[in-house]
Amino acid sequence: MDNTSLALQYFFSGLTKGGIYAVVAIGFNLIYSATGVLNFAQGEFVMLGGMLAVSLLAFMPLPVAIALSVLIVTLVGCSLEVVFFRRLQRHSILHLMIITIGLSIVIQEAALHFWDEKVRSLPYFTGNEISSVRVAGAAISPQVLWVLGTVVVSVALLHLFLKCTLYGRGMRACSSNPEAAMLAGINISNMRTMAFGLSAGLGALAGCVISPITMTHYEMGAPLAIKGFAAAILGGLGNPMAAVIGGLMVGLLEAFSVKVLPAAYNDVAAFAILLLVLFVRPHGLLGSPAGEGVREC
Amino acid sequence: MLRLRTQLQRGLMPVGLGLVAVLLHLLIRSLGKEFYLTQLTMAVYYAIVVMGLSLVMGYAGQVSLGQGAFFAMGGYTAAILTTHDFSAYQTAAWMETLKGMHIFVSRPGLYGGEVTAMTPWASFFVAMMLTAGMAFVIGYPSLRLKGHYLAMATLGFGLIIHKIVVGSSLAGAADGINGVPEWNLGGALTISGKTPLRVTNYYVACGLAVVVLIFLRNLIRSRVGRALQAIHDRELAANAMGIPTAAYKLKVFVLSALLAAVAGVFFTHYTGGIGPSEAGALKSVRYVALCAAGGMANLWGVTILSVLVNFMSLRGWFGSYDHAVFGLLLIAMITWCPQGPLKPVGRWIRRWSSRRAGGEELGR
Repeated sequence: MDNTSLALQYFFSGLTKGGIYAVVAIGFNLIYSATGVLNFAQGEFVMLGGMLAVSLLAFMPLPVAIALSVLIVTLVGCSLEVVFFRRLQRHSILHLMIITIGLSIVIQEAALHFWDEKVRSLPYFTGNEISSVRVAGAAISPQVLWVLGTVVVSVALLHLFLKCTLYGRGMRACSSNPEAAMLAGINISNMRTMAFGLSAGLGALAGCVISPITMTHYEMGAPLAIKGFAAAILGGLGNPMAAVIGGLMVGLLEAFSVKVLPAAYNDVAAFAILLLVLFVRPHGLLGSPAGEGVREC
Repeated sequence: MLRLRTQLQRGLMPVGLGLVAVLLHLLIRSLGKEFYLTQLTMAVYYAIVVMGLSLVMGYAGQVSLGQGAFFAMGGYTAAILTTHDFSAYQTAAWMETLKGMHIFVSRPGLYGGEVTAMTPWASFFVAMMLTAGMAFVIGYPSLRLKGHYLAMATLGFGLIIHKIVVGSSLAGAADGINGVPEWNLGGALTISGKTPLRVTNYYVACGLAVVVLIFLRNLIRSRVGRALQAIHDRELAANAMGIPTAAYKLKVFVLSALLAAVAGVFFTHYTGGIGPSEAGALKSVRYVALCAAGGMANLWGVTILSVLVNFMSLRGWFGSYDHAVFGLLLIAMITWCPQGPLKPVGRWIRRWSSRRAGGEELGR
């Protein structure tokens, strides 16, 4: 394989991973904008989505199983908000953040005891493990196209939702100025519930489409959450679309670092570069430094 | 009068803490379960990490998800330097000088022959310097910003350390390092996992914990502590008052990293080895969980809770629900008593004693 097609191969692998990081990062951003909390349980939504879909597949066809799993995880996300964050209004942001760390551990352990420690996966949506599509000299699995397609469509839909619908505008209003939004008659609590539901649903969808490639495992959430967190900060917190760019960059960095470092260290390279970027441009690549002052955290 | 009383109280604290340690020892001894002391010693070392974190979380208002990595950094540095064979440099002139300074020493190896390695004291200082340097490099840029960038930076750092430890043969890859020699602190105090030294080691750990506690308590009640409190309450206002917020946060963070590394070095010499799980993200999360559940800015709550829970976890009382217990504890504590479990108890005692005092005054 010559150098260009090798690079292309890395590029696609990075794009696939990056797409998933981007979705997780969008989830981070939605919740952060609505509540100011960094939700460390974000990766757990991805894991739950995959796990549920695999279990549901025994009773129904694949598209229905995925839809149902996304729906259930959305409800889980909403109920987390209703049970914890709505009732803990007087707690500081730091406390709420730490609660999400606890939730992440508990969800993970619950998944371990409800399912088991085995690695499982959904079948390929089209074709199978060995089928491949040739794109400009690089061989890629059709599932990669599914992943990329899902990411693009869901990001576009989210963008439209936030820009054009009443609820989306309400959510944006809440994140830019909660008090003013409240005075304008927007129910902030409900908007927060919706933010949790949306980011949980998005995470679950990502968990389903990625499942055939990376497999689903009860421990998969935490590393994804870390990468998604990194992507969100790299893009600039508070801006869901910047998270997409952040996610893709983290994915690509990780994929291309294989060229210079042993595969065991690929996270190291991604994180080292990320930390470096943060130190040079702390508010993220697309974030504005002024945005930080709005929210007292 | 008041001054004398506070001084007396200050003097009484170490005595009281020592007494608690002795009583605990006697209790365990009367139960005939002396082997509990081993896990208790380990739990006390873990508690020292959480004490340092309490300063960062409770007073500087920042989350560090890298305490496990600093603990491992201390432990691994000590383990590598004291077990790695430097015999290849035997003939070098600098080696002679360093040997003369007792920085390196030759001792019979595990498999015969002679091994030249660093002495525990020297490696302890190297570990401290490395950790302080690393903490400074991470903390300097991320603490000058408002927001939770330190959480991110330390999380990334922890991940990198874990990957490096698992991936490098020098650190023993997935097996970790074994056969770390014992550490003679001077006199009869030797840190080692040998059974006859169990009681000694228990008191060494408790002594270290008491020293750290007193140090931290004094620090909190000093000018530095009041500045930290101000930063935590309202950072902008503190800044306006002329408190160099970034510098204070950085100092506290480096201090907490050092405490974690001290615990790591002691722990490694005590257990005679260290494995990559110590550097894992979940370990760091556990420290955060214990610190948060203990009330963050509440040194007593944090210490008692982390010794207790770590001891139970090390004894395996939670079985396969080990992690779940940590998660649930964290959620429950933060939901119901965010100031820590001791605050409601303390409030209750104070109310009770004030009612009694009030009653006496009325009677008079």
